[in-house]
Amino acid sequence: MFSFLVKRVMQSLIVLLAVALIAFSLFSFVGDPINNMVGQDTTLEEREALRERLGLNDPFHIQFYNFIKNAAVGDFGISYRHKVPVKDLIIERAPATIELSFISALLSIFIGIPMGVYTAIQRKGFISRSFMTISLVGISLPTFLIGILFIFLFGVILRWLPTFGRGEVVDLGFWTTGLLTWSGIKSLILPSITLALFQMTLIMRLVRTEMLEVLMTDYIKFARARGLKENAVNFGHALKNTLIPVITIIGLQLGLVIAFAIITETVFQWPGMGMLFIQAIEEVDVPVMAAYLMMISVIFVGINLLVDILYAYVDPRLTVDGGAKHG
Amino acid sequence: MSIMKKMLTGAAIAGLLLTTSIASANTLKFAFQGDAQSLDPHGLNETFTLGFLSNVYEGLTMLDKDIQLIPGLATSWENTSPTTIVFKLRQGVKFHNGNSFNADDVIFSWKRSLSEGSDQKVRGSMVKDIKKIDDHTVEVHTNGPQPLMASEWAWIYIMDKEWSEENGAANAANVKDANANGYSLNHANGTGPFSIATRQPDVKTVFKRYEGHWNKDIKTNITDVIFTPVKQAATRTAALISGELDMVYPIPVQDWKRLDSEDGVTALRGPEARTIFLGMDQFRDELLYSDVKGKNPFKDVKVRKAMAHAINLELIKKKVMRGAATPTGLMIAPQVNGFNADANTPYKYDPALSKKLLAEAGYPEGFEVTIDCPNNRYVNDEKICQAVASMMAKVGVKMKVLAQPKSKYFGKVLAQNNYDTSMYLLGWTPGSMDVHNVLAGLLSCQNKETKAGLFNLGNYCNARVDELQKLVGVETDAAKRQAYVNEAMKIVQDEVGYLPLHQQPLSWGVSDKFSINQRADNAFDFRYVVKN
Repeated sequence: MFSFLVKRVMQSLIVLLAVALIAFSLFSFVGDPINNMVGQDTTLEEREALRERLGLNDPFHIQFYNFIKNAAVGDFGISYRHKVPVKDLIIERAPATIELSFISALLSIFIGIPMGVYTAIQRKGFISRSFMTISLVGISLPTFLIGILFIFLFGVILRWLPTFGRGEVVDLGFWTTGLLTWSGIKSLILPSITLALFQMTLIMRLVRTEMLEVLMTDYIKFARARGLKENAVNFGHALKNTLIPVITIIGLQLGLVIAFAIITETVFQWPGMGMLFIQAIEEVDVPVMAAYLMMISVIFVGINLLVDILYAYVDPRLTVDGGAKHG
Repeated sequence: MSIMKKMLTGAAIAGLLLTTSIASANTLKFAFQGDAQSLDPHGLNETFTLGFLSNVYEGLTMLDKDIQLIPGLATSWENTSPTTIVFKLRQGVKFHNGNSFNADDVIFSWKRSLSEGSDQKVRGSMVKDIKKIDDHTVEVHTNGPQPLMASEWAWIYIMDKEWSEENGAANAANVKDANANGYSLNHANGTGPFSIATRQPDVKTVFKRYEGHWNKDIKTNITDVIFTPVKQAATRTAALISGELDMVYPIPVQDWKRLDSEDGVTALRGPEARTIFLGMDQFRDELLYSDVKGKNPFKDVKVRKAMAHAINLELIKKKVMRGAATPTGLMIAPQVNGFNADANTPYKYDPALSKKLLAEAGYPEGFEVTIDCPNNRYVNDEKICQAVASMMAKVGVKMKVLAQPKSKYFGKVLAQNNYDTSMYLLGWTPGSMDVHNVLAGLLSCQNKETKAGLFNLGNYCNARVDELQKLVGVETDAAKRQAYVNEAMKIVQDEVGYLPLHQQPLSWGVSDKFSINQRADNAFDFRYVVKN
């Protein structure tokens, strides 16, 4: 088990390094950061001096080495644009993204699963059909468009909800939250639904398919034959077994929710990490871009690693040498 | 049910109370597409950042609502010799923290503008030394005659020496050394009519009216200003229409109709002082991006003339700019000091003449060239390039458009990349609002030593224009100076050094509850905002 763990961690580190390398080599295509840092009247010499100071004149491998060396100890440098350490920026913006992603995940789970169960049980009903149609919209319409449509309908025409931003936030010292004020909660509604819609429909369809499969199995037929109540069969026996694969997928999708948040955040001017990243691309703020990409890949790799370990724990045959020893 | 009702009533009352209290406080909520780079007054020489800060900080001189030079923290100034200017400083001015403004602050701010992290070194280095005569008089010694020093220094904001030193902000914030002097990035202490209450970069900045401002005659009745950057144009427009914001800019020109059809909001439009033009590589012996080998067609004035007559400015105005551009024949806008309306005749649209000229120059079949174009810098920049390309096709010139985001575009075409372009679209507003800035930056030959022609990307070069530029720079007699300007402009026009297109429109969206002055340099001055 231990050697399996070491192996997996090593593999994850290699993946992270590869991501860093690819990301870093892409930065040279984003443009020259200097032009966004100085005004039009700044002389050539001053621009050149700034390049030198930032180490942009170093060869690629030196720049990359410096980046990895510092990143390994959690130092992502200073944002070109904001002139403060990138770490502080990310810590400052993280609460907004995490709150948004968390609420979206909750929405997609607590709406998606019941919808899936309902459509599996009442396959032919009118409501089921409308759920299925809505889910098509959720899967096929891009997040960007859905966001704009929501803004237009609920913000401009009905004027029920704010069109942008996070509303009033309460600063708890280590965390800023919009969940404690009425305007904060109102501001959260549209973006969280926009972000949740895709996951929600995905979960709904997944639950439906799994559930339909489980409902066909022998033990369900047997349960029915035993004369159990319909609800007991559906929720006590069928749903439980449906949820195992669903939970795995939901776990993996969590990383995606945070990554997808970029688009939702841009449409709603949500002051989270995605917005920070988009702004960084526009201004060629390399330290921020690098840190964000590394963070996202750490989240993805971390979740995968966790899933791998859990699987190995549940089923020791998956650890290759562990399996060899026992079998 | 009854609990629900009570709660709703309670919420409604609370809501009412909230709105009334805001209304009496006269709050203005506005948005721009990005944020000011920081609150450091010397951090970035860029219109939005400096305009934003002009509400908090002030210079010795200032620009009024029509971009005319007026006294700021100096009440008067006078040239005692060509290289000496004596500024009389305003008395009784207090910074937001209560400190008094005096000559030491002027000297301190000047030195700070020359520190490593400063982007105001060009303006700072106009001055060789500043001597304190008394607390409210300074004698400025310039590096050679600098007739424009007073107007350029409208953008050198004065900081409080004591405050800056106490907070470790004696030097402009520097990207390599953030921990040492980051205080001025998010804190400000100016003399302006508004102080900064809170700021979270890229998220929100709150301004509060400074009751101790020296000028009691400014028009505004606004007490609080809340600024939020909103990146997406559609979101910005929606927030204005829904009433969440009172003023947003820029509004895409294609959204004007939409705003006009809504009650309570107006699309405020006017000509910006920014001139959009095309430039051509006139110095390489062979163009980098063309099928013509062994020679450079743009070196031939006939070809440049042919290009000029092939562009239909009226059509660009009508179709691309929705009627909102001002076609121009000059490289400067009417708001710019030195503008001469008589000389402002655009090249005539005449494709037949253009074809004839091309044939005479030896290109009867035309030629191929690539034009570099930003796609997120100016109003409809990429569309303009595409329109020009299709007009060029009519006279046989096959123009390929390479449109890129501004960071890619500027990284390619500017000096640090050796002017890697054959033809390009650029926009220019002289920061000083004076023609000399254009003569020196765009119309002079490239010169590494004097730093002239730094943005003359195609190196249009005429010795007489160079000479005239220097004369304009030091001439203090207005009539003589204008004669030099006219001569230079005439030469550039005759030689088709550039292809001026138009002045682009300003486009602000404003709630009818407010009256706002739209300044032609796109700076937003709260001093002229009045809640009706």
